[in-house]
Amino acid sequence: MRVGRALVELLAPVLLVVAAGILGAFVSQANEIYFITALISVSTVVAIYVFVGNSGVLSFGHISFFAVGVWAAGVLSIPEQEKPATMPYLFDFLGSTTVGNVPSLLIAAAVGGVFALLVGLPLMRLSGLAAGIATFAVLGITNNLLRYYEKIGPGLNTFSSVPETTDLVQATIGAVLVIAAAFAYQRSRLGRQLRATREDPAAARAVGISIYRQRIASFALSGFLAGFAGGLYIHFIPINVDSVYLDLTFITLAMLVIGGATSLWGAVVGALFVSALDSVLAEMEDGLTVLGVTIDVPSGSRIVVVSAIMALVVIVRPSGLTGGREFALPWLARRRRTAEAK
Amino acid sequence: MNEVLASGLTDFLDDAVNLQVQVDAIGLGAIFALMAVGIGLVFGVMRLVNFAYGQLIMAGAFAIAFASERGWPVAAAIALCFAVVLTLSLAMERVVFRPLRTQSAAVMLIATFAVSFLLQSIALLWFGPLGKTATSLVQLNRPVSVGSVEIRKIAIVAIVTAVICLTLLVLLLNRTSIGLHMRAAAIDSPTARMLGVRANMVSTVSVLIAGALAALVAVLLTVQYPTVTPTFALQETILVLAGVVVGGMSRLLSATLGGFLIGYVSGLLGGALPSSQSQYLPSLLFGLVILVLLLRPAGLFIRQRGLVERV
Repeated sequence: MRVGRALVELLAPVLLVVAAGILGAFVSQANEIYFITALISVSTVVAIYVFVGNSGVLSFGHISFFAVGVWAAGVLSIPEQEKPATMPYLFDFLGSTTVGNVPSLLIAAAVGGVFALLVGLPLMRLSGLAAGIATFAVLGITNNLLRYYEKIGPGLNTFSSVPETTDLVQATIGAVLVIAAAFAYQRSRLGRQLRATREDPAAARAVGISIYRQRIASFALSGFLAGFAGGLYIHFIPINVDSVYLDLTFITLAMLVIGGATSLWGAVVGALFVSALDSVLAEMEDGLTVLGVTIDVPSGSRIVVVSAIMALVVIVRPSGLTGGREFALPWLARRRRTAEAK
Repeated sequence: MNEVLASGLTDFLDDAVNLQVQVDAIGLGAIFALMAVGIGLVFGVMRLVNFAYGQLIMAGAFAIAFASERGWPVAAAIALCFAVVLTLSLAMERVVFRPLRTQSAAVMLIATFAVSFLLQSIALLWFGPLGKTATSLVQLNRPVSVGSVEIRKIAIVAIVTAVICLTLLVLLLNRTSIGLHMRAAAIDSPTARMLGVRANMVSTVSVLIAGALAALVAVLLTVQYPTVTPTFALQETILVLAGVVVGGMSRLLSATLGGFLIGYVSGLLGGALPSSQSQYLPSLLFGLVILVLLLRPAGLFIRQRGLVERV
């Protein structure tokens, strides 16, 4: 019975993501972009969830790990002969190395993970507001360095000539892998210990759990997955440093909170829900015709609606759309209850 | 190499003790201190970090720009700025802060984060990314000569305004009954309420004072940066939030000092660093913030109780 429930908890988000992937294959080329974006958002939000959801500590810094993933995968996979034109000041070893699609994603993940580990070693000693501000400071520093330090990337320029290998299939596989990793972690010994510290730090410490160590482990894994998501993203659209700063931090946190920050199911649902909403609004900004009626909203409405919904969800239902619970089939849950009653 | 470094350091120190740089840095510190009071006061009474504080200032700045484009007199522009910011503050308190009063600090932070993006995106929708220009008070940006140095009038105005406001606030908190209520609520809200302090009253008053300070800051900032965009005061607010936490949020005085300090340091480094390095100023500041937080997580100006989290 417990295996059955665990299977449902894993399969529900995976199936949802795969369904989104399959649905994306049947729409026009122009609309396919929305589906790929949504799937990459799932990877990103689940990566953030691994730390924020399991530890209960707010982090504004995860987009820095995403950003270094973007930089690592982007810089390394641009063809060698293109590099001098767009990134003339690059370190020699970066300029002379070019790697393929999958290695670049793995390197992006590794760079994100190592960066998170290094940042986490000192920062995970903090908690509460100090931790929130410190992670924010990490984001500020990362952004500042990526923006002006041209030996490691294009600086203020937009990445160009990165092979666009992230298609619907890769985005779906990526999202499924990230979900599987998050699921494996949260059911592991480490994950359960961290969740215990979230529920009751004093009790967790009393049974011998080191809050500091559990948070570091989760932070590093979370950074690893965020770096991977960043790698997927740069292989999808050319972006610059402004795309990986406050706006992305906000929208990904919004997705997590709207879905329900304390469950994997919530992270996936939130990412897909907000992405869907965002796509529909984006279409409306260009004038969307539904059943003969053209709906036209001024451009820039997307972020207004998303932030209004986020504020509303936080005020009315702070635990998110899913209530922060994992997906469960009603009849399985009922049978369990009767079993417990006996 | 060492000589270059040494001469760079001497240049830096020369610039740093330069009176002009000092006054500008203190002026910036004064503005940051006002913002820190606005954030710290609301935090003290409601345990709520108002991430949307910068957007209140942005709204006030747009009000001034609106008035100046229509050629309104300066007094009317300032009045409109106060009206807009105070109305917005009250609305925020009623719609967002009050329903969330019983929630955890993280939930409230996320809610104000959402509100800040909401206001910013509304401004973007309304005024566009290029924003508007506020020219009502630009004459204050001109320098006056004091001895051999030129000092911008606005720096002096900012310092004087901050001193007056902080004095008034101290008087309000220490000499009036509403001030007593606010201090009581800040120390122990449930007990204060049991003793008859009206929670709604106290939170409304603190939000109004914070709003008035935001309006003042909007006036002071538009003088220095007349181009008002949707991201107006965003960078400053992030720095002040960091400064407030660095100083220590649990007391208003330490929060204010923290705000002043980060403004002062940022003004000093900005004025004294050569331009080739000043682009890394945010990294330097945030690095210092992290360092201080690691060494003194409860705050720079708070007497330490030891590193172990109290539960």
